[in-house]
Amino acid sequence: MHIVILGNGISGVTCARFLRKLSDHDITIVSDESDEFFSRTALMYVYMGHMRLRDTMPYEPWFWEKNRIQRVRARVERIDFQQKKLLSTEGNSIGYDKLVIALGSQSNKFGWPGQDLDGVHGLYHLQDLEAMERHSAGLSADKAGGRAAIVGGGLIGIEMAEMFHSRKIPVTFLVREKAFWNNILPEEEAEMVTRHIKEHHIDLRLETELKEILSYNALPEGKGTCAAIVTNKGETIPCGFVGLTVGVSPNIGFLKNTALETNKGVLVDEHLQTNLPDVFAIGDCAELREPQNGRRSIEAIWYTGRMMGETAAYNLIADLEPQAQRSIANRPTFGKPMAGKKSKIENRKSYRPGIWFNSAKFFDIEYQVYGDIRTQVPDIQSTLYWEHPNGKKSIRINYEHESGKVVGFNLMGVRYRHEVCTQWIQEGAPIETVLQQLGLANFDPEFSTQYEAEIVAIYNRQTGKNLILKQRRGLSAVLEFLTH
Amino acid sequence: MKSLSLATPNPMLTTPVQKLGLALLATSVFYILYEGLRLKSLPAEPLTLLAFFVLITGLWLFLRDERIDFSKNTNSLAVWMRSLSARGIWGWLVGIVLTEFYVCLYWVPQYMAGMIQLFDPFSQVFRHKPADQWFVYGAFYTFFVLVMGVRFIFKYRHSRYHLVRTISVMFFQLGFSFLIPGLLLRLQEPELYFTYFWPLAYSNATPDTWSWQSQTSIGAWFFFFGLAMFFVGTPILTYFFGKRWYCSWVCGCGGLAETAGDPFRHLSDKSLKAWKIERWMIHSVLVFVVAMTALLWINVVTGRGLLGSASEGFYKTYSFLIGAAFSGVVGVGFYPLMGSRVWCRFGCPMAAWLGLWQKKASKFRITSNGGQCISCGNCSTHCEMGIDVRAYAQQGQDVVRSSCVGCGICATVCPRGVLRLEGSDKDIPERTTQKRTVHIKLEDVKML
Repeated sequence: MHIVILGNGISGVTCARFLRKLSDHDITIVSDESDEFFSRTALMYVYMGHMRLRDTMPYEPWFWEKNRIQRVRARVERIDFQQKKLLSTEGNSIGYDKLVIALGSQSNKFGWPGQDLDGVHGLYHLQDLEAMERHSAGLSADKAGGRAAIVGGGLIGIEMAEMFHSRKIPVTFLVREKAFWNNILPEEEAEMVTRHIKEHHIDLRLETELKEILSYNALPEGKGTCAAIVTNKGETIPCGFVGLTVGVSPNIGFLKNTALETNKGVLVDEHLQTNLPDVFAIGDCAELREPQNGRRSIEAIWYTGRMMGETAAYNLIADLEPQAQRSIANRPTFGKPMAGKKSKIENRKSYRPGIWFNSAKFFDIEYQVYGDIRTQVPDIQSTLYWEHPNGKKSIRINYEHESGKVVGFNLMGVRYRHEVCTQWIQEGAPIETVLQQLGLANFDPEFSTQYEAEIVAIYNRQTGKNLILKQRRGLSAVLEFLTH
Repeated sequence: MKSLSLATPNPMLTTPVQKLGLALLATSVFYILYEGLRLKSLPAEPLTLLAFFVLITGLWLFLRDERIDFSKNTNSLAVWMRSLSARGIWGWLVGIVLTEFYVCLYWVPQYMAGMIQLFDPFSQVFRHKPADQWFVYGAFYTFFVLVMGVRFIFKYRHSRYHLVRTISVMFFQLGFSFLIPGLLLRLQEPELYFTYFWPLAYSNATPDTWSWQSQTSIGAWFFFFGLAMFFVGTPILTYFFGKRWYCSWVCGCGGLAETAGDPFRHLSDKSLKAWKIERWMIHSVLVFVVAMTALLWINVVTGRGLLGSASEGFYKTYSFLIGAAFSGVVGVGFYPLMGSRVWCRFGCPMAAWLGLWQKKASKFRITSNGGQCISCGNCSTHCEMGIDVRAYAQQGQDVVRSSCVGCGICATVCPRGVLRLEGSDKDIPERTTQKRTVHIKLEDVKML
């Protein structure tokens, strides 16, 4: 059987890897973006000179050959679902028995005048990075209009700000909200990041939106290179580059109005199957018909893409005869066999991403989140918030005050253990147990200060109790906790 | 794709002050080499002192303006854009000069006569002995560990782990590899280096060494201390702390790599092929040095009847190929081309021995934090030992590798807080299994 995966991002590549672990089918990955799989989240580090592009590629070239994963560089412009084939812009066709759509996202544009000018770019694809690199040569603090303007206060916006800042290119950063990312982060954390952005001398404009992008006067409207932006406050800011980072949406333009059912993304069921037989969709471009409780139908993040890729791999081969599946214990190419695995896969797997987690880095401040952290604490929840006097570290633990169940952790500049936090949330561990054991979660480097006792003290102050931190940082206790 | 070939140095990234610094540096190095080679001795006159002063000033001007924003934690900013750290013209130039220095040092020290003469007053005051090329070398070595150690601490100052271990390597270099051996000489005792053990210091356990060292009580004590560190100290300390107790906290070679070598750490080869070569090479050196030492002793015990002079030939081959060419010329000379740990990774027999214990019987590992890895590659790129850390982290798997020196840079440069150096005796045989990965669906599906 020939399985074709359209898109070589983390979702598509993970799917291919697991298909190879589980079966001997022919696997082809088709991509228009690049020959090699690279880590999209690492593009900023290439621009900043931490890495070369090839350093962002998790697998060496021999990997694909050894695992018999064929890669084709082509732009697919149409899919013939009847004949089961992909048609490329060059007129070639690729037949498939099963198809996985993993097309990823594209940067949003909301119809601003001048949004298609040269020098106006998002940051998602490799080609966006190339565009940033191309335009950077003309940007500098010494030049009038040598500044970069970034529109949209999300994760990609702040990355772009850091990138330009690293090359001493002045940045104006338009953010619609009252504080950076305050539609996701609670107030204190949003304020912390906002302060941190200003510390880096980014010209941060809060509650400001883009109205239009101007080109040089002599050119007809919509042609040429960007020269300035106009804000909704009527201000004109000269700039040589405009970063549009107002979110992303599924990259499925050519699939609209086909037999495939779509809404914002390609609609999929809990098995990541579309309305068409033998066609699956995963990653940023997939829209779940019935997302897990409390989760969004489209989650365009690295981790969900990876989990979807794996889930789809199981389901792609689930309806096949067992002999068409490879015994996992005997798979030759991927390290040790997974312990306790049955030799065949009987059932399809539902996509259940489990307890929410995510991470990011805002300039120097690392961010990790586990579980349910909302911008406004719901009535049934209480929040424990500790912030370091330097204003660059914080720990937040939310819990239900009736039952005492811990529901979420939000960390800034402090590292916590994924497995420990997840297990507490999953088990609905009571806040007082968690607080006394809080050192189990600490994942900061050796010799670094442990702040858990201060959180316990805050709880004691808020409740008049007298809890004592019993467990400090250390792996042995963690192993015992996780395997008990 | 052309625009992404960032190894091309961007002229924006060298400030005018840095250019001036580099010009001063290059001119003074040229003068010193030229005079030293022409006269085979440097005239100990004001002009020579001026040249050294200009050299240090140039170096300082360059470092002062290095494009690191010192108010922020931008650790590895632009390392792939600077000529010096990205195998550009400056990288090659420094590599060639360093290599030539080592060639002079080992095989034609007469070309250093001028420099040796310059250090003579210092040596006389300090050790009551005339300077030789090894004294000059030790002084330079210590100077670079200290200066670049301060730079390293400054660069990674937000990390207490790096602060502590860098102070440690600076302390051991200055105290145990420079001051104490010098003071011992002054006291007319043998010149002993207490932090170098056989088989890294391959001559430490030979019959010749025994015959002269056993003449003093401290010498005899050190002979057995070194052996005890190899057979007993190494397994015990490595069990508790991993290989790092030596390689990135104590060892002088490691000390130079961690400090002066830091700007070049990302140049190590991460490919699977390099790993395969590494395993063959380093273990071969260990076998070689064990066999060589055994042969020397057998030869003595059998009254030179069995092997004649063959074992001395063996020893000479080792000291030429491994002791000088590999550990010195390639090991440090090639810093700007192959990274800072070429010797430690491919050649050091002590590292091989420590690595065996780290892999088989140690609490130490680098833990991966659940599913938080984004496969960005910062950890692998900046691993001086060329370990593909990401390959483990993206699978939620702990890193247990015999070559890991526990420098901790992977954990520092990780933008998502995924890696932690730690230890536990609860799961030593299963440190590498994937039992602690986070599940997609609790019943059966594992995260990759």
